[in-house]
Amino acid sequence: MESAVIAAVCGEVRGDFKSGRTRSLDWRLAQLKSIVDLIKKHEEDITEAVAVDMGKPSYECFASEIFPVKSACQLAIKNLKNWTAAVNVPPLLATLPASASMKPEPFGVVLIISAWNFPFLLSLDPMVGAIAAGNAVVLKPSEMAPATSALIARLLPLYLDKSAIRVVEGGVPETTALLQQKWDKIFYTGSPRVGRIVMAEAAKNLTPVTLELGGKSPVIVDSSSDLKVATRRIAVGKWGNNNGQACVSPDYVLVDSSCSTKFIEAMKDTLKSFYGENPRESMDISRVVNINHFNRLVGLLDDPNIASKIAHGGEKDETKLYIAPTLLEDVPLDSKVMSEEIFGPILPIISVRSIDEAIDIVNSRPKPLALYLFTKKDKVKEKVIAETSAGGMVVNDCCLHFLTTTLPFGGVGESGMGSYHGKFSFDAFSHHKAILTRPFWMDIMARYPPYSAHKKTFIRCLLEADFVGVILCLLGLKG
Amino acid sequence: MAAVPGKIPASQRAVAFGKLGLLSRASCCRSRAARFRPGYLSLSPRRGLAAATCTASVAMDPLQTDRLVAELRDEFRSGRTRPMDWRAAQLRAMLRMIDEREGEIIEALDRDIGKPAYETYVAELSTIANSCTNALKHLRSWMAPEKVSTSMISFPSSGEIVPEPLGVALVISAWNFPFLLSLDPVIGAICAGNAVVLKPSELAPATAALLAKLVPLYLDKKAIRVVEGGVPETTALLDQQWDKIFYTGSTRVGKIVMAAAAKNLTPVVLELGGKSPVLVDSNVDVKVTARRIALGKWGNNNAQACISPDYILADESVVPKLITAIKECLLEFYGDDPSRSKDIARVVNGSHFERLTGLLDEDGVKDKIVFGGARDSNKLFIAPTVILDPPADSAVMTEEIFGPLLPVIPVDSMESAMSFVNTRPKPLALYLFTRDKALEKKVVSETSAGGMVVNDTVLHFVTETMPFGGVGHSGMGAYHGKFSFDAFSHRKAVLYRGFWADMASRYPPYTIAKQNFVRNFLQGNYLEAIKALLQNLRS
Repeated sequence: MESAVIAAVCGEVRGDFKSGRTRSLDWRLAQLKSIVDLIKKHEEDITEAVAVDMGKPSYECFASEIFPVKSACQLAIKNLKNWTAAVNVPPLLATLPASASMKPEPFGVVLIISAWNFPFLLSLDPMVGAIAAGNAVVLKPSEMAPATSALIARLLPLYLDKSAIRVVEGGVPETTALLQQKWDKIFYTGSPRVGRIVMAEAAKNLTPVTLELGGKSPVIVDSSSDLKVATRRIAVGKWGNNNGQACVSPDYVLVDSSCSTKFIEAMKDTLKSFYGENPRESMDISRVVNINHFNRLVGLLDDPNIASKIAHGGEKDETKLYIAPTLLEDVPLDSKVMSEEIFGPILPIISVRSIDEAIDIVNSRPKPLALYLFTKKDKVKEKVIAETSAGGMVVNDCCLHFLTTTLPFGGVGESGMGSYHGKFSFDAFSHHKAILTRPFWMDIMARYPPYSAHKKTFIRCLLEADFVGVILCLLGLKG
Repeated sequence: MAAVPGKIPASQRAVAFGKLGLLSRASCCRSRAARFRPGYLSLSPRRGLAAATCTASVAMDPLQTDRLVAELRDEFRSGRTRPMDWRAAQLRAMLRMIDEREGEIIEALDRDIGKPAYETYVAELSTIANSCTNALKHLRSWMAPEKVSTSMISFPSSGEIVPEPLGVALVISAWNFPFLLSLDPVIGAICAGNAVVLKPSELAPATAALLAKLVPLYLDKKAIRVVEGGVPETTALLDQQWDKIFYTGSTRVGKIVMAAAAKNLTPVVLELGGKSPVLVDSNVDVKVTARRIALGKWGNNNAQACISPDYILADESVVPKLITAIKECLLEFYGDDPSRSKDIARVVNGSHFERLTGLLDEDGVKDKIVFGGARDSNKLFIAPTVILDPPADSAVMTEEIFGPLLPVIPVDSMESAMSFVNTRPKPLALYLFTRDKALEKKVVSETSAGGMVVNDTVLHFVTETMPFGGVGHSGMGAYHGKFSFDAFSHRKAVLYRGFWADMASRYPPYTIAKQNFVRNFLQGNYLEAIKALLQNLRS
C-alpha cells in the first residue's frame, strides 16, 4: 500500500473517532460481540490459516489463539460498564467541599502492530482492549504469516465497523509509512530491535506505547522439584507452544547439578512420550516459520562448541522446515545460543551449583519477559522472586500466566513496557482523566492575596490538618 | 537578546553554582528560537540581586556520567534501596530537611523567581511534606504484593502482583517549581525502592545549588544524587542507560527525552504542558469564578505553571461581568500598582520577559488589552494583563503563554468552546465553570485533557488520590500518591502452582479426546470436559 493511501486511511479513521461513534458503549459491545461471532463462524478458517503459516496443530491453535481472544471479548463484554465508569476517590481535606474522580477515556486512534508467531491472537487480543476502551483502530498484521494476515483483512470488514477498524497489510514499507502517521497510542508486539524503532517514531508525536517484546526466558529447576512433572510442563511450554517460537517460551534451563543428569533423562522421556521416536512424523508440533529462521537456528547448532553438546535431537530437514526438539548440555554461557533469544526448538540445559549461581546468571542478562522456577521450597521461591526481575513469573509451570487475565502481561527493561490482558488491556488503551469538582459556595478567603500573616497561619493550619488551629484562626484567636 | 542595562557586564560574570563544579550553559527555557543555542545568557535579577547564571561552560565529561550511573547501579544491586526501612528513612529525612531548612528554601525560590513565601509554602513545601507523610503512611501497603484470583484454567493455582523497583531512575526537573518538581518525583522513586539521579533545572540556580547541598546532607548520598548543569549535562545523562526517566518540562524537549529513552527501551513519564483552557458558562457565580481563575493564574507562580489557566472561553453574555470581576480581583489581590506587590512572583528571566512582551506587542493583540499591560524590564515585571478577543492565530493564542497574560475569548455557546478546544492539542488541564450538571457531563465526555477541575483551578494537583499527568502533547504517565510509587515500579505478575494435579490432557500427543477435553475445560463446560477426560482414560 502506498504511503499516500496509508495517510488517507489514517485521516479517515481519525474522522471516525472524532464523530464520537466509537465511544458509545453500544458500539463497543457490538464490535466485541461481532468478534465472538466471527470466531464462532470461522474457527476452521482461522485454524487452517494458522496451520498454513506455522504448521500449528489445531489443539494449540484453539488453546493459544482462538480461545484467549474469545475469552477476552467475553470478559470485556461482561465488565465493560464497570470498567468505563468513573471511579470516585476521596479529595484532599483541605480542598473540601469537593468530589474527586477518575474517568477513563479513549486515547483516540490507535495502531496495533502484530507478530507472526501467534498471528491471530496477537492481532485480535490487543484489539479487544482498544475497542473496549472506545478507540478507533488500525491493525497491521504480520506479513510473515500471510495466510492469517489475508484472512484477518478479509473477515474483519465483514464483521466489524469497517470504517473505524481497519486492517493494513504489508511489510516493512507499509509499517514504516504507518509509523510516520500521528497516533494516539501504538501497541507493538515483536522484537526489542524493532521496539526501539517504534518508540523512536512514537517520540516524534509523543505517542504513548506498549511494547511487548522478548528475550531469553530462563527456567530455574532446583533439586526439590518433581522432575517428571517439571519436564512435562517445560516441554509443553517450549515445544507445545508454537515449537519454541513464543515470546514466553522457556528459552534455557538452569538446573541444580545434583539432578541435572536425571533432569535430562526425564526430559528425553517426556519428549518421546509427546512426539514419539521420530518427532518429524508428529502432527502435534508446529514447524519453524520460514527458511530464514531455519537457517538461523541451524547456525546456532552448527557452532563447533555446540555440536558436541547435543544431548538429544539435532536432526533437521530443510524441506519440511523441521528441526528436532534438541537438548544441549552445558554449552558455554557466552555462546550464541546462550546470548540470543533462541525462538526455536533448541533447549540449552546448564547445570548450576546453587540457586545463587542461577540467580547470578539470570541477573547478568537483560530482564526477560518471563522467568520460570521449579521448586517445592518456599524459601527458594521467595529468594528468586525478590532477587530477580522479569515481566512475569510462574512457579512450577510455564506460560500459564499468559492465560491469567487477572495478571498484567508485559515485559520490563529489554523485554518491554506496559502490559495487557483482562482489565489491563482496557487500561492500556485508556487515559484515566482526573476530575475535581467543587461548588461555588464556601470560598476560603485565606487562599487569596494579599497574604497577611493571619492568612499564612490559617492556611498552614489547614494544610497541616491542624483543625484546632484552623478553628482558632477562624475565631481570631490565632495568627 | 538585549543585555539588561545596569547589571554586571558579561565579562565579569562569575561562575556560581554546582557541587561538582559544573557550570551550566544558559538556555532559554521555552523560547523556540533560543532553546539549546549555546552561549545564550540570561539574568535573573531578583529584588535587586543580580545573579548571572553562566559564562563559558564545561560540559560534563561523558566518563563522569558513565561512572555515576555505574556507581548507582552498584548501589541498587547491593539491595540497599529495597528494604522498607531504607525508604522510610529517606522520607523522614526529607521531612526533616523541609522543616529545618524552610527559610533557606524560601530564600532560594525568592532569588530564583521572586516567589512569595506564602506560595513557596503552599505550593512547594507543604505539597512535598504531604507527599512524604502520605507515603510513610501507605508505604507498607503499596509495597505489599497484591493477591489476585486465578481461574479454573490454571487450577489449582494462586496469583499475585509483586511491585519491584525498576532500578536506577533519572529525574529531570523544571525551573518553575524547582523544589517541588525535583523532590516530588524523587519521592516516588524512593518509595518504589530505586536509586535515583536528580537533575534540577539550571534556570533556577539558587534552588539547584541548595538541593545539591542539602540532599547529600539529609538523604542517602550514595543512592540519591544531584547532578547540576545545563543542556550538555542533561544530554550526557540522557545518553546513559536508565531504568526509568521522569521528565518535567516542555513538549519540545519531551520529544527529545523520549527519543533518547527509546535507544535503551527506557520507560518514561513526561509531564509536559500546553494551553490549559478555562471554559466559563453563563450559569456561574461570576465573582467566585473570577477569583479562582485569578488565583490559579497569577497566584500560582505568576502563571508560570504547567497547569496555569492559559486562556478563557466565556459565554459572550457573561464576558463583560467576568472581565470587570477579574479586574476587581486583581486590584484586591495586588493593589493599584502590582509592581509593588510582594505577593506575586516575577517573570523568571530576561528571555521569558522578552518573549512575553513580544506576545503583547503583536499587531492585533496590543489594541485588545483591556487591563494591565505595564512592564518594567529592570524588575522583570509584567502587570497582570487581560486581553479581550485576540485573533485566534496570534502567538498569544497559539503558544503556551506561561506568563501573566490572560486572553478572554467570547463564544456564542459552550459547544463552540468545546470545538475550539478540540481542534487544539490536548491540554494538561481543562477548567470548567458552570452550575449546569448536564454541561459538566458533556464537557467531561466530549473533551480530553490530562485532568479537569470544575469550578476551580489547579487544585487537582494536590489531590493525591488522583493521577496527575498529561495526555497527547501534554504528556504521558502520571504521578502523586500511589501513582508515584507505580510510576517507578514494575508490577511483576507471579503465578504459583504445585506439582500435584498434573493433567495429562495438556500434553501431546493430542488425541481427539484430549482436544475435546481442552475445548470444554477452557470454556467452562465442565461436564463435557469430564466426559472427555473419561473417554481419554479409557483409550
